[in-house]
Amino acid sequence: MADITPPAYRSIPVIPKLIPGAMEGKGPFIASDKINEALGFTGHLPDDWHDKAIAKMGDLLTRFRSLRVYMDACVHCGACSDKCHYFIGTQDPKNMPVARQDLMRSVYRRYFTLPGKLFPKLVGARDLTREVLDEWHNYFHQCSECRRCSVFCPYGIDTAEVTMAAREILQSVGMGQKYSLEILGKVHKIGNNLGLPAPALKDTLEGLEEDVKDATGIDVLFPMDVKGAEVLLITPSADFFAEPHIDSLIGYAKVFHATGTSWTLSSMSSEAGNFGMFIGNYDQLRQAALRIRQAALELGVKRIVVGECGHAWRVAYSFWNTLTGVGDGADANDRFAQMLQKQLDHRYKQPAHICEFTWDMIQDERLEFDKSANDNLIVTFHDSCNVARGSRMGDYPGGQFDIPRNIIRTVANNYVDMDPSTTHERTFCCGGGGGLLTDDLMNVRVKGALPRMEMFQQVTDTQKVNFMACICAICKTQFSKVMPVYGFDRRMVGGVHQLVSNAIVLGKNK
Amino acid sequence: MNALLAILFYLATLLFVVGLFHRIRTYAATPAPLKIPTTPAPTTTGGVVLRMTREVVLFESLFKANLWTWALGWLFHASMALVVLRHLRYFIEPVWSWVAFIQPFGIYAGIAMLLGLLGLWGRRLFVERIRYISTPSDHLMLLLFIVIAVSGLMMKFVVHTDVIAVKIFFKGLMNFSIQPLPADTILVLHLFSVVVLLVIFPFSKLLHAPGVFFSPTRNQADNPREKRHISAWAAKMESEK
Repeated sequence: MADITPPAYRSIPVIPKLIPGAMEGKGPFIASDKINEALGFTGHLPDDWHDKAIAKMGDLLTRFRSLRVYMDACVHCGACSDKCHYFIGTQDPKNMPVARQDLMRSVYRRYFTLPGKLFPKLVGARDLTREVLDEWHNYFHQCSECRRCSVFCPYGIDTAEVTMAAREILQSVGMGQKYSLEILGKVHKIGNNLGLPAPALKDTLEGLEEDVKDATGIDVLFPMDVKGAEVLLITPSADFFAEPHIDSLIGYAKVFHATGTSWTLSSMSSEAGNFGMFIGNYDQLRQAALRIRQAALELGVKRIVVGECGHAWRVAYSFWNTLTGVGDGADANDRFAQMLQKQLDHRYKQPAHICEFTWDMIQDERLEFDKSANDNLIVTFHDSCNVARGSRMGDYPGGQFDIPRNIIRTVANNYVDMDPSTTHERTFCCGGGGGLLTDDLMNVRVKGALPRMEMFQQVTDTQKVNFMACICAICKTQFSKVMPVYGFDRRMVGGVHQLVSNAIVLGKNK
Repeated sequence: MNALLAILFYLATLLFVVGLFHRIRTYAATPAPLKIPTTPAPTTTGGVVLRMTREVVLFESLFKANLWTWALGWLFHASMALVVLRHLRYFIEPVWSWVAFIQPFGIYAGIAMLLGLLGLWGRRLFVERIRYISTPSDHLMLLLFIVIAVSGLMMKFVVHTDVIAVKIFFKGLMNFSIQPLPADTILVLHLFSVVVLLVIFPFSKLLHAPGVFFSPTRNQADNPREKRHISAWAAKMESEK
C-alpha cells in the first residue's frame, strides 16, 4: 500500500483534464487453466480465439436486448463522460463510460454493421486483434458495473451490461479474471466465496455466541442448518469473519433474537454474493443462485432474508425470482418456481433485505434501542451502488434510500448526509465493486475511491462526521483498505446493523 | 434531374422503412432475460410510460447529466420536430389547419435548430472529452444536418424556390407520377441531403431514436419480486433439468 498515493482532492469538483494512457497496463491476473476448467471454461487462449470471440459476441447480441440496443444507440453526446469514479480518479479517457463502451462498440461496428464493414475508419470501427483483447481485459476491469453512467444517459445505456458482455467474451477465449473465477469455483465447491467449510463455519458461529454472551450476558443464537426455521438468512460470507462486517452479523442476530424470530444460516448455501453477475455469465449467475433455492427447499423455511451486501441484494432482489423462483407471481403452470413459491410466506416480501426486516420490526414497535450507545458517533450513510441503482426496498421507488437512513436515525442521535450530488441514485461507487476487490487492482481501487473520499472529507471537516455506515460487504472491505491511504482511520466505516447492534436493548422479550 | 431525384427518393424511402422496420424487429425479438431497470424506477406499466415520455419529450436523464448538452440537444430536437411537421404541407392537400398554424413558428424553429446544431458541434470541437470520443462520422452527421438546415433556410431568406412546384413534385411522387422540379441548386442540395439522411438512418447512431424505447434500463417496471420475469431461452434451462 505504501507505494500507492491517492490522487489529490479537487477543491471544486471540476471535470478533470484527460491523461491518455494513464491507466494502460496488463490488467488483473488471468485465471489459470485449473480455475477455468473447474467452471467449465476454456483454459487458455485457443488458436481460433478471434473467431470464437466474435461468435460469442454474436451469441450475446441475440440473447441480451440490452447489449443489442446499447451497441447501436450511443450518439457520443458525452453526458456520461464525467460521471465515472474511475475516470475522475485516473483521468484516463478510456475510463469515460462512453469510451469504455466504444472499446467494444468499435469491434461490434466492424463485424456486425454495414458501415463498419465498408468504411471502418469513418465510423470508428476496428478489427479484433490481440492488442484489442488485452485492452479489453485491462479497461473492462476498471469498471465496477456500478451503473452511475446509466442514470445520466439519455437512452439509459448501462456500461455494466457492456462490461459484463466483454468479460463473458474474454472468458470464452480463456482470458477470464483470476479473482472472480476463483471465487466462483469456491462457491460451487464449498458454498461460499471464502471457501469456509461447514465445520469452520460452525466453529465461527459458536465463537460468536460466546462473544455476544460475554458482552451482553444474553444467549443470542447463531443457528446453522435448522430445519423448519422461519427465516433463512443469506449473507455475504465476509460477515462471518471480516472486520467490520462481523459486527453487522451480530446485529442481525440480535434483531432476530429480540423479535423472537426463528432463523437459520445454511452451511451449504452460506453466500449472498454472486460473482456470476460480475463476469456476465448467466449460467454461472444461475448456478450460484440455485444453491439458495436448494437450501430454502431443504430447510423448509418460510422467509428468505438477505444480509448487508450491495451486489448480492441486486441479484437477490432483481434476479432471484427469475433465476430460482425466490419471489412471487410465477405462472400457475410454472412448476419450477411454484415448487418454492408455495412454500414461502407471501405476507412478506420475498426475498427481504435485512434492513426491510429490521425497519418493519421497528415500525411494529418490537425493538427497543438505547440511542445514546451511538453518541460517540456522528454518522453519515454511503449509498452502495447496486442497492441504489439496481434494486429497491419497501413499497415505493426510492425506499432503498429511506429505509437504511430511517434505521440509522432510529438507533443513533447524530446523522448527516453527504453532498446530495453523491448520494441516492447519484452515489459514487466505493471503487472496489464489480469484481475489482483484489490486491492486483489496488491502484485502480485507490484512485476510484477519490470522489467518495472527497465528499467524506467534506463532512468530516464541516460536520465532524466520524463514521460512514453502508450496507455492502465490498464497500466495507474496500473502504477499510483505502481509507487509511486517504488519511482516515479504517474503523470509520461499518455496517448499518453494527449501529443497530450497538444500540439494541436485549432481554426484554425473554 | 427530377427523374433522378424521384428515383432516389423512392429508393431512400424504401431503404429507410425496410431498414428501420428490420432493426426495430431485431430489438423487439431479442429477449431481455433479466430485470435491469435503473432504479429508482416506476413499479407499474403506467409509470414506465410516464418515465419514457419524460425521457423522450424532455430528455430527463440528459437534463440531470449536463445542462449545456441538454439545452442544445433539446433545442435541436424540438425545433427539428416542428420543422418536420411544418413540411407536412408539401404532402397534404388541403393543408390541415394546425399545419397552417405552425408555419410561421416553423421558420423560427429552423433557425433555432441551426443554432442548436452549431452549439452541439462547438461542444464536439472544443470540449476536450467530447472531442476525444468523436468519430469522423459524428462530425459528418452534424454537417449533414447543418447542410439541410442552411439550405432550407436559404430558400426562405435568400433564393426563393417555387414551393408550389415542389409541392406538385412531392404530391406526384405520392401518386407515382414524376412531376417537374425547379432546377435550383439549393433545392437539389436540400433534397439530396435528406435522401442521404434517410439512407444512413437505419445503419447509424440515428438508431438512438427507436433504440430508447427498447432500452431495458428505462422501459422495465421495477417489480421483480412481485412477478416472475423469465426469457424463453432461460426457461429452457429449467426444463432441461
